Amino acid sequence: MPTVSVKRDLLFHALGRTYTDEEFDELCFEFGLELDEITSEKDIISREQGDTKAEGASDVILYKIDVPANRYDLLCLEGLVRGLQVFKQKMEAPRYRRVSPASSEPQRLVITEETTAVRPHAVAAVLRNITFTQERYDSFIELQEKLHQNVCRKRTLVAIGTHDLDTISGPFTYTAKPPGDIRFKPLNQAKEYTAQELMSLYKTDSHLRHYLHIIEDEAVYPVIYDSNGIVLSMPPIINGDHSKISLNTKNVFIECTATDLTKAKIVLDMMVTMFCEYCEEPFTVEEAEVVYPDGRTCQYPVLYPLTITLHESTEHIAQLLTKMCLRSEVMSDGEQIEVEIPPTRSDVIHACDIMEDAAMAYGFNNIPRTTPRTYTIANQLPLNKLSELLRQDLAAAGFTEALTFALCSQEDIADKLLKNISETRACRISNPKTAEFQVARTTLLSGLLKTVAANRKMPLPLRLFEISDVVLKDESKDVGARNNRRLCAVYYNKSPGFEVIHGLMDRVMQLLEIKPGQGNGYHIQAADDSTFFPGRCAEIFACGKSIGRLGVLHPDVINRFELTMPCSALDIDIEHFL
Amino acid sequence: MADTGLVETLLRRVEKVDGGLDSQDVATSLGVDHQAIVGAVKSLLALGDVISADQRSSKHWELTGEGCEIAEQGSHEARVVSSIPEEGMPQSQLMKLAFGKVGFSKAMSNKWIRLDKGHEGGPRIFKTVEHLEDLVRDKLLLVQKGQASQLEEKEKNELKKRKLLSEVTVKSYWITKGSCFSTTITKQETELTPEMIASGSWKEKKFKPYNFEALGVAPDCGHLHPLMKVRTQFRQIFLEMGFTEMPTNNFIESSFWNFDSLFQPQQHPARDQHDTFFLSDPAQAHEFPQDYLERVRKVHSEGGFGSQGYKYDWKIEEAQKNILRTHTTAVSARMLYKLAQQEKFTPVKYFSIDRVFRNETLDATHLAEFHQIEGVVADYGLTLGDLMGILHQFFNKLGLKKWVEVGNSGMFRPEMLLPMGLPEGVTVIAWGLSLERPTMIKYGINNIRELVGHKVNLQMVYDSPVCRLDS
Repeated sequence: MPTVSVKRDLLFHALGRTYTDEEFDELCFEFGLELDEITSEKDIISREQGDTKAEGASDVILYKIDVPANRYDLLCLEGLVRGLQVFKQKMEAPRYRRVSPASSEPQRLVITEETTAVRPHAVAAVLRNITFTQERYDSFIELQEKLHQNVCRKRTLVAIGTHDLDTISGPFTYTAKPPGDIRFKPLNQAKEYTAQELMSLYKTDSHLRHYLHIIEDEAVYPVIYDSNGIVLSMPPIINGDHSKISLNTKNVFIECTATDLTKAKIVLDMMVTMFCEYCEEPFTVEEAEVVYPDGRTCQYPVLYPLTITLHESTEHIAQLLTKMCLRSEVMSDGEQIEVEIPPTRSDVIHACDIMEDAAMAYGFNNIPRTTPRTYTIANQLPLNKLSELLRQDLAAAGFTEALTFALCSQEDIADKLLKNISETRACRISNPKTAEFQVARTTLLSGLLKTVAANRKMPLPLRLFEISDVVLKDESKDVGARNNRRLCAVYYNKSPGFEVIHGLMDRVMQLLEIKPGQGNGYHIQAADDSTFFPGRCAEIFACGKSIGRLGVLHPDVINRFELTMPCSALDIDIEHFL
Repeated sequence: MADTGLVETLLRRVEKVDGGLDSQDVATSLGVDHQAIVGAVKSLLALGDVISADQRSSKHWELTGEGCEIAEQGSHEARVVSSIPEEGMPQSQLMKLAFGKVGFSKAMSNKWIRLDKGHEGGPRIFKTVEHLEDLVRDKLLLVQKGQASQLEEKEKNELKKRKLLSEVTVKSYWITKGSCFSTTITKQETELTPEMIASGSWKEKKFKPYNFEALGVAPDCGHLHPLMKVRTQFRQIFLEMGFTEMPTNNFIESSFWNFDSLFQPQQHPARDQHDTFFLSDPAQAHEFPQDYLERVRKVHSEGGFGSQGYKYDWKIEEAQKNILRTHTTAVSARMLYKLAQQEKFTPVKYFSIDRVFRNETLDATHLAEFHQIEGVVADYGLTLGDLMGILHQFFNKLGLKKWVEVGNSGMFRPEMLLPMGLPEGVTVIAWGLSLERPTMIKYGINNIRELVGHKVNLQMVYDSPVCRLDS
C-alpha cells in the first residue's frame, strides 16, 4: 500500500474545517483509507538520524495516510481532498473536459519509427494558464514521483516529463538515437553531456541510478526534441534543463512515454485531472495531438468517462455511488443504474468495483451480518489427518516436535550430509537474497540437526522429531516438482542410541498396524548411505517397499553440523501409509 | 544420621537443664568437636518437634599461633633478658636469635636492657634488671584459660594489634526441649514399602514429613511445538464449522495458478523478483488446461465477463514461471477451477493452513516463510453480509475481539471466477491470516525466530502450555 504524507493544516484548510485526530481517523476508515501515522519532518529525521540532525527541521504536523494500491487518484493532496469532499457531499464530483486551444492548432507530438525498438508509446497534454504556489508546485512534483514508483513500475512502464511550454516550441518529435548522438544540458547540470556521458555520470546518483538499466543496453535511447532541436527529455532517465518548470510557469506541457499504452493513458489522465483545478478554467485540459509513424493521429488526454451499467435498481445505490465520485442515474426502466466512471478512477474496471464503492459509502459496519446457508460436511485431508495423529503419538513416545524451515542452503542438504547435490532431486531457487534460501529442502534431517546445534546447552539426551513436507523434482507433475510428507527423528546423546531410534521406528510401525516380518510386514536390512556411519545404517521396508532409513550418523556429519555427541536418526516417507 | 550415642547424650543433657543450653558449651564439656554437636542437632530437628534450636552467634577471643608460643615460653622481650648472661652479649649475636629483633626493641623500651655502642669488639648488650614481670605472657595465659573478660578492652586490642590475639565469631545453637521431647528416638521412615503394606508394619512406623515446598520431578516426555498446537486448534475450528481441508502439499506453483488465475496482472509488484522466490530448476510449468488458460489470457489483455480487463500484452512465458507459492490462494484457485469442471455446481466450504513463501526483507516479525490460514466459501448469492457474518463466527471461536488487524478478507472478482467456468451468480467469499501472528500474541513471543526455525529455544517448547484459543 502506498503511503501519502500531507501537511495536516493544509489538508484541513482545503477541507474547509478542522478535525481531531480521532475524527479524521474515523473519516479515513469510512472512506477506505487508513491514517497510518501522525508525525512531522523533525520527528522522522530524529528517528532515522538522531536528534542533532533533526534540529531546525520543520515540525509542521504531517498525516501519513495509507492508500489502496490501485487508487492513483488519492496519491496527492488535491485528489485526496476532492475524494473526501465529494464523499462528505461538500462538492459535486467534477466533470473533466478536454478542450481545443482557443486560437491556434493543438500542440503536436510526432512519434518516429525508431522508438519501436525501445519505448514505442507516447501521449501528451497541456495545462493552460495554471497558477502554481509553493505547495501546489511541491505536490505536482511529488505526484510524478509517486506515480513513477507505483503505476509506472519504477519508470519501466511509463515515464513522465513536464515542461514549461513557453520555453519551447512545437511540433515536438519523439524519436530514438544512438547514445553518442544525443547531447544536451540535463536538469540541474551546468553543461551539456552526451547520453553516454550522462549514463556514467548518473551511475553514482542515488536516485537516478535505479533507472539506468531500463535503456542502458539498448542500441538507441529515446529522446524528445522541440522544433528547434532543443531536448525536452531523454525518457525514462532525465529531462532537459532548458524546459524545466518553475513556480512562475503558466503553461505546462506534459508528455508520458511508455512500454504499456494503457498505463500511459492512465498516468497522463492522473497528472492532468489532479492539477487542472488550478487552471484559469478549472477542470479543463488542453488537448495535444500525437502523430504515429504510420500517419494516424490521436488526441490526448483521453478523459472520456467510462459507462458501466449496474443491474441494481435502487435510487439509494445511485446516491451512494455519487458520493464516491461515480455519477449515477437510475435508468428509465427502473431496473438498472448507469454509472459514469471519471478518468480519475482507472481502478474501476468492472461492475463489482462499483458495488465495492457502494458498500464502502454505505459503511461496511452498517451491513447486517448474516449466516450463509451453505450446508457442507467437513473432510480432513487424509495426509494431514495421518500426520496429526502420528505427531501426538511421537510426543507421547518422548520425542519433542521441531519446526524447521522448508528453504535452506545447498550445503545443508548435500555437503553437510556427505551427499552430492546431484543425487538429491532438489529444486533450486533463482533469486535468493542469501544462501539460506538456495533450495527447497529434500530432507528434514538437516533442520533437526541445526535445531540440536542451537540447543546444545539443553540437558541430554535430546529427542526431536518433525513431520513435514520436503520438495522433490518430479517430471510427472505439471510444475515439475512435488511435496513429500516425511517423518524424521533424531536421538542425540553420549552414546548413539541406535536401539532408541530403532525402538521409535518399531513404535511407529505398531501405530500404523504393520507387524514385523517380510512380505506385508516391515523389516530393516543393512544399507550403504554416506550420511551414516559405515555398517550402522539400515533401509526400512514396509509391505515390500523401501520407505526410509535409520542409523547412526557419520562422525563427519556430526562435525559439519557443529555437534559433538553421537547421534542416530530415522527418516521415513509416510505417504506410503495413506 | 549423626552418631546415635552422641544424639542420645545430647538429649539427656537437654533433659537435665531447665532452660536450654548452648551447643558450644556442650561441645566443650563433652570434649568433642562442635561440628559433631551441630550434626546431632540437625538430625534431631529433622525428626520433628523433639527439640527446638535457635541459631545464635557469639564472639570470643583466641590466641594466635604466636600468642600460643608466648603463653608457653614467655614474651620475646622476657626471653631476650633471660638469654643475656651477666657479662653481656654482642648485639650481633642477639639479633641472630629468633625472638631477637622484636624482643630487643621491646626490652629496650621497657628499659630491661642497655646497649653499649662503644664497647670494644662491637656494640654489646647488658641486662639492667634481675627479676621482671612478664605481663604480656600473663595476659595471654588468662585468655587461654577462657578468662579474657578479666582484661580491659584496651589491653585486648593492644594484643590484637601485636597479632597475638584474635576475635572469632562462633555460631552455635541454643537448644531447648520441643513439644515432643523424648530422650529415646524412633527412626522415621522415608517411604512406604511393599513390605510394610504386606506386614502391616506401617501402622507402628513414623514417616518423615514431605517437603511440599519443593517442585516435583518433571515427567520424561515429548512435547508438541506451540505453533503446531495452534495449527491444530485452527484446524479444529474449521472442521467444527464444516470446512473441508484443501490439499496444499505443493510448495512449488506456477505463476499461472499463483497470480494469473487470480486476475493479478503480470506487471504487479508482487510478481517482482524482490517479493517472490522464482525457481531456476524446474524453471517452468508445462501443463495447463488450455481453454481455461486462453480465457485467462483474454480477460487480462482484452477484458470480458463484464470487465474492461487490464489491456496489456499477456504473456504465457510469465505464467509458466515456477515460483514458491506466495499464498495458499493458489490452491484455492485450483480447487475452484476443479469445482467449476463438475457437471453440476455444488456449494463448498474449504480451508487450508500451510506454508507460503516471500522473498522479503527479514526482521523480528517477518520470515521468508510462514503459515497462511485460509477459508473459502462458494455458493450462489453469497453477500458481503454473509462474509461479515462468517468472519464474526470464525473470530468469535478464536476469542479474538480485534481481528481486523490480523487478516484480510473479501469476495473473489468475477474476472477470476467466470473464466474458470463457475456459473454466473456463484459468489466466493474468502479470508486469510497468518498462523504465526496469533501464535505470537497467544504465547507472548516478540521475535518470530524464537518460535519458528532451528533457532527455537527447546525450553520454550518444553514449557509451552496447551492451546485453547477461546480462553
